[in-house]
Amino acid sequence: MPAEAPVAYDSKIEGNVIITRIDAAMNWMRKNSLWPMPMGLACCAIELMATGASRFDIARFGAEVMRFSPRQSDVMIVAGTVTYKMALAVKRIWDQMCEPKWCIAMGACASTGGMYRSYAVLQGIDQLIPVDVYISGCPPRPEALLEGLMRLQRKIDTEPALHDQKKQFFAELRA
Amino acid sequence: MAIADAVRALEGKFKILAKTEFRGETTLTIEREAIHDLALFCRDDLGFTYLVDVSSVDYFGEEPRFEMVYELVQFEKNEHLRVKFRVSEDDLTVPTVSDVWPTADWHEREVFDMMGIRFNGHPDLRRILMWEGYPYYPLRKDFPLAGRPSDVPGVAFTKAAPLEGGPFVTVPSTATTKDREPRARPLS
Repeated sequence: MPAEAPVAYDSKIEGNVIITRIDAAMNWMRKNSLWPMPMGLACCAIELMATGASRFDIARFGAEVMRFSPRQSDVMIVAGTVTYKMALAVKRIWDQMCEPKWCIAMGACASTGGMYRSYAVLQGIDQLIPVDVYISGCPPRPEALLEGLMRLQRKIDTEPALHDQKKQFFAELRA
Repeated sequence: MAIADAVRALEGKFKILAKTEFRGETTLTIEREAIHDLALFCRDDLGFTYLVDVSSVDYFGEEPRFEMVYELVQFEKNEHLRVKFRVSEDDLTVPTVSDVWPTADWHEREVFDMMGIRFNGHPDLRRILMWEGYPYYPLRKDFPLAGRPSDVPGVAFTKAAPLEGGPFVTVPSTATTKDREPRARPLS
């Protein structure tokens, strides 16, 4: 063994070091452990439950930890008809979620109001909170929700993680 | 007590304005002021212990404009009785029956919420579906299906929803159902 060990290479740790960008590492960790806030408001919530159960198993995509506290969740899945009576409550729960956060509008009602063109139903949750992924269907099958989740994962992959961190916080500071 | 006997007993005690039979269902039209006494009589003497529903109808353009409908059931002979009366828009008050059948409490709140009919003597006449401060009565015929804008800060707001041009609106024409339904059209 030479007296002075080489600085750049050590056979003892060979294969145990991965070099990447911090953005990519953070995004990889974020997208594979999205904790959903299940905002189950109507029949879509049944499909959401099916997605979480054994047959479809949302745990395969790291999103099985349903948090019923907004402070511990990353992605709000708005599953169902958002009535005007519920709308501000959904908005308030969204406001309580920590950055970074994402939103999936699951089904026709959450996306556009669906078949409820009426005095009582908000015509799409995107009128109140920013939506990342819209899922069509009435209600969507669990496969569709999983596809939406995978699309969200792909979207997170492209986000500059550090730059976007606390974006809402900084935007409020500037305002 | 069979329904014919019940109707005879009611006719002897109250002023019955009209009596109709349709497919085995009996409907009595009475005067508004009589409803509370009639409810007590039906429950205590005729055995109609179950109030199935309290609802209201808006005959927009007619006078009197509104109509109250009460559906009664007695279990002993499995008889059904419907009681109706008209309410004028100028005096939109009705005696409550929530002290006779407690289930009428929420039914009357719904009628108040959706039609704006007030119930004298009701213990807790608040809106039940819409929120406090919502300024309209949405099931009235002169209220548009699309709704009207309103705002109660911190509680809820509403916007009018356009009824035409949406993704779920079928186009009126003589074409087949397949061609009329929204998904058959190319998205512009």
